[in-house]
Amino acid sequence: MADNNSNTKMSRRKFIKNSGYVAGGAIGGGLLGTLVTTSVTNNGSQTASNTTDGGSNQTNFNKALMYFTRQEDFNILSAATERIFPEDDNGPGAIELGVPYFIDHQLAGAYGHNDKEYMQGPFFEGSDFQGYQTRLKRHEVFDVGIQAIEKQSQQDFDASFVDLEGKQQDEILQKFQDGDVDLKGVTPTTFFELLRSATIEGAYSDPLYGGNGNMAAWEMKQFPGSRMSYLDEIEKEDFIEKEPQALRAHISS
Amino acid sequence: MATQLDKVEVVTVGVGWTGGIIAAELAKEGVKVVGLERGKERSTEDFQMVHDEYRYAIRYDLMQDLSKETLTFRNNRDERALPMRQLGSFLLGEGLGGAGVHWNGQTWRFLPYDLQIKSMTDEKYGNKLGDDYTLQDWGITYEELEPYFYQFEQTAGIGGEDNPMGAPRSNPYPNPPMVDTPITKRFKEAAKNLDLHPFQMPSANMTENYENPDGQKMYKCQYCGFCERFGCEYGAKASPNVTVIPTAQATGNFELRTGANVTEILHDGNRATGVRYVDVQTGEEFEQPADIVVLTSYVMNNTRLLLQSELGQPYDPETGNGVIGKNYCYQILPGATGFFEEEKFNTYMGAGALGASVDDYNGDNFDHSDVDFIHGASVSITQTGKRPINNNTVPSGTPNWGQEFKSQSIKYYHRTLSVGGQGASMPHRDNYLSLDPDYKDAYGNPLLRLTYDYTEQDRKLHEYISEKCAEILKEMGADNVEPRSISDHYNIVPYQTTHNTGGVIMGDDPETSAVNNYLQMWDADNVFVVGASAFAHNGGYNPTGTVGALAYRAAEGILKFRDEDSQLVQAKKDSQLA
Ligand SMILES: Cc1cc2nc3c(=O)[nH]c(=O)nc-3n(C[C@H](O)[C@H](O)[C@H](O)COP(=O)(O)OP(=O)(O)OC[C@H]3O[C@@H](n4cnc5c(N)ncnc54)[C@H](O)[C@@H]3O)c2cc1C
Ligand code: SF4
Repeated sequence: MADNNSNTKMSRRKFIKNSGYVAGGAIGGGLLGTLVTTSVTNNGSQTASNTTDGGSNQTNFNKALMYFTRQEDFNILSAATERIFPEDDNGPGAIELGVPYFIDHQLAGAYGHNDKEYMQGPFFEGSDFQGYQTRLKRHEVFDVGIQAIEKQSQQDFDASFVDLEGKQQDEILQKFQDGDVDLKGVTPTTFFELLRSATIEGAYSDPLYGGNGNMAAWEMKQFPGSRMSYLDEIEKEDFIEKEPQALRAHISS
Repeated sequence: MATQLDKVEVVTVGVGWTGGIIAAELAKEGVKVVGLERGKERSTEDFQMVHDEYRYAIRYDLMQDLSKETLTFRNNRDERALPMRQLGSFLLGEGLGGAGVHWNGQTWRFLPYDLQIKSMTDEKYGNKLGDDYTLQDWGITYEELEPYFYQFEQTAGIGGEDNPMGAPRSNPYPNPPMVDTPITKRFKEAAKNLDLHPFQMPSANMTENYENPDGQKMYKCQYCGFCERFGCEYGAKASPNVTVIPTAQATGNFELRTGANVTEILHDGNRATGVRYVDVQTGEEFEQPADIVVLTSYVMNNTRLLLQSELGQPYDPETGNGVIGKNYCYQILPGATGFFEEEKFNTYMGAGALGASVDDYNGDNFDHSDVDFIHGASVSITQTGKRPINNNTVPSGTPNWGQEFKSQSIKYYHRTLSVGGQGASMPHRDNYLSLDPDYKDAYGNPLLRLTYDYTEQDRKLHEYISEKCAEILKEMGADNVEPRSISDHYNIVPYQTTHNTGGVIMGDDPETSAVNNYLQMWDADNVFVVGASAFAHNGGYNPTGTVGALAYRAAEGILKFRDEDSQLVQAKKDSQLA
């Protein structure tokens, strides 16, 4: 057994030297030791490195568009995400969390262009059990879907989607989820499911992606984010609340 | 024109757990081994930014690049198979260490019953499932395989405790079990009240700092909650990268080539002469001649390469003849969710193999006379670390978006626990692997085609085990318990498990199996096919403990083959039926 054999115990110093981490206790590190260690051990309060990127007295220059070309499309997207993840008693909704920017940024990159996905033809509409089957890439699915939301809104309520009451917006989104809309090149359900999952992803991913502003979604959900070790707490009976910590805590610049 | 390279003794296709074990065992004995791996090199240093659910668990940063290669899927032969365009149901590995980098580490031994399932079932219950289920013995007994299980457990530093209904052990686990948390304790108490036999799940997340028999060191797990789908930033999870690959490298006899995608097994009739591969960075083609070719490229590619290279006889579901592609099995996941109104659990903490289980409903551990199925499931509670994007459990009837969804998913995030079973999947003549006639990979070769759906056996087992899981949760004090139901058909979209098995199955009869119990091909003496592709059916556990044992067995076979240069096992002509 490992604990009977002194050879198997690595020395603490050697471990630090080998990997740049501290094991065996409640602390660990990231790329460079000191800053990280301070922030990780400073459990009770938000660390300096966390507050600087979301502070309200600082302009966040990430909030600009890298994919959408028309403000109008972006506004429709924003309104739709807010209905999927609305502001409520728990806290902020999609817009305040930055989810629309998260989606915009994602659509501009590998996600939007299905870089790691098989996109060779021929394309056929699959059964419900065969998954994504469209020649459209995700960014195109969003284009098509957003235009269709607006069209449906004009058709049903004679008004732009962004000007509708929440309940009316829900009715339209529900039609997409149920597949009761005509879309070209992709099923409305596929579009809706993409929109829905991207919204949840934007709400709860690390703030490095532009959503989950101030880690407010993690706070609502009481998820502590990226922490190195729970060794000292894993056996405790009571629920342990912790301030969330972002990945940024593991980098030194 | 492909560039001809100098001949080596052994070449392996893929460097994950199986490729790593073969390389380590042979290189230690002085054999020159070349390991070809289509993906990138990676090690613990690459995992310092790994606590990123979006990048790793949602966008699958460590997994197979499907733009180059995927598989096609249909539920039955009358349907058109379509490409799995995005990963979902299972997360295929790619890159040094394969899926062993991002596994959980729940490490089991299959039951003695699994290895002789056909004869043991027939003896006790007759031909209960009927002839459409292509149940077979594995051509090896548990007793014969036991030392190899232990060898893998020592290499991977498994921590565990006695499982009263599990496979018997001649040695204790190399490490103590993982910590008992309020969640695992609660499960165990409930299980005991129900007269079941709970124990701590066997784990490849180190429970102590550990040095394995090859001198590789691993460090104590920190219960960081980012294990499954992630690499371990501490080197605390046994992976090929912190065990067998460095062992192979230290000998000086192992040459690793990453970015090498094997497209064909070259052979002269029934003797392999080497492999052809593409350098994925330059597109250049190479031929690597070898005395022995070892396929260690996971279930899917092991099968595909054989079919594509026309080595062995393809399985034909119409006639039941042929073996390559036969007995593909997946796993079914019965279970139940318990909602606790007044309590919150620290479910965000955890480790990939932190959990507690009962085996009372697994294998033939209970009497099947009055049920319509055979086998069963290990039933467990796990505390792997719940992350917020992927965990939004809400009571059934709740919409999956909008205000109610938001508040319920937040409310129940720490207030739900699940008990689940890994349901053993029995082979059926209609579930199999073949080559797709239409879709091609980036190198112009046909994709593998998966034809698969749930069987009646699966459905009955699912229902039975889900009910048992619900009983345990009720006993645990949940206010509300919802048993899972099985979907109309197998769906390739939601993640289920990466426990695919079959396609190149082992046995004692060349008519019904592709490899012998050293995983040596019956049809090509110098080809060994290693992995869960050898499983003749899928059991009620995670596969890698058994995969590891078979890999050590295969390594021994390869060493024997170097001396004997022939079939290592005398084929049995008669079927397994006694
Ligand atoms: C999220 C997840 C969790 C899991 N958890 C558990 C668990 O808790 N317990 C358990 O027992 N199992 C678990 N597994 C399964 C486990 O990871 C696998 O059983 C194991 O890794 C299989 O090892 P392998 O060597 O057969 O294949 P792999 O690890 O897949 O390695 C195969 C390698 O071959 C390479 N390759 C494939 N084709 C080619 C080619 N043509 N040319 C060159 N290289 C090629 C691949 O890139 C890959 O690196 C899990 C898997 C996943 C994905
Ligand atoms: S839970 Fe343990 S083994 Fe898993 S990644 Fe964290 S420290 Fe490593």
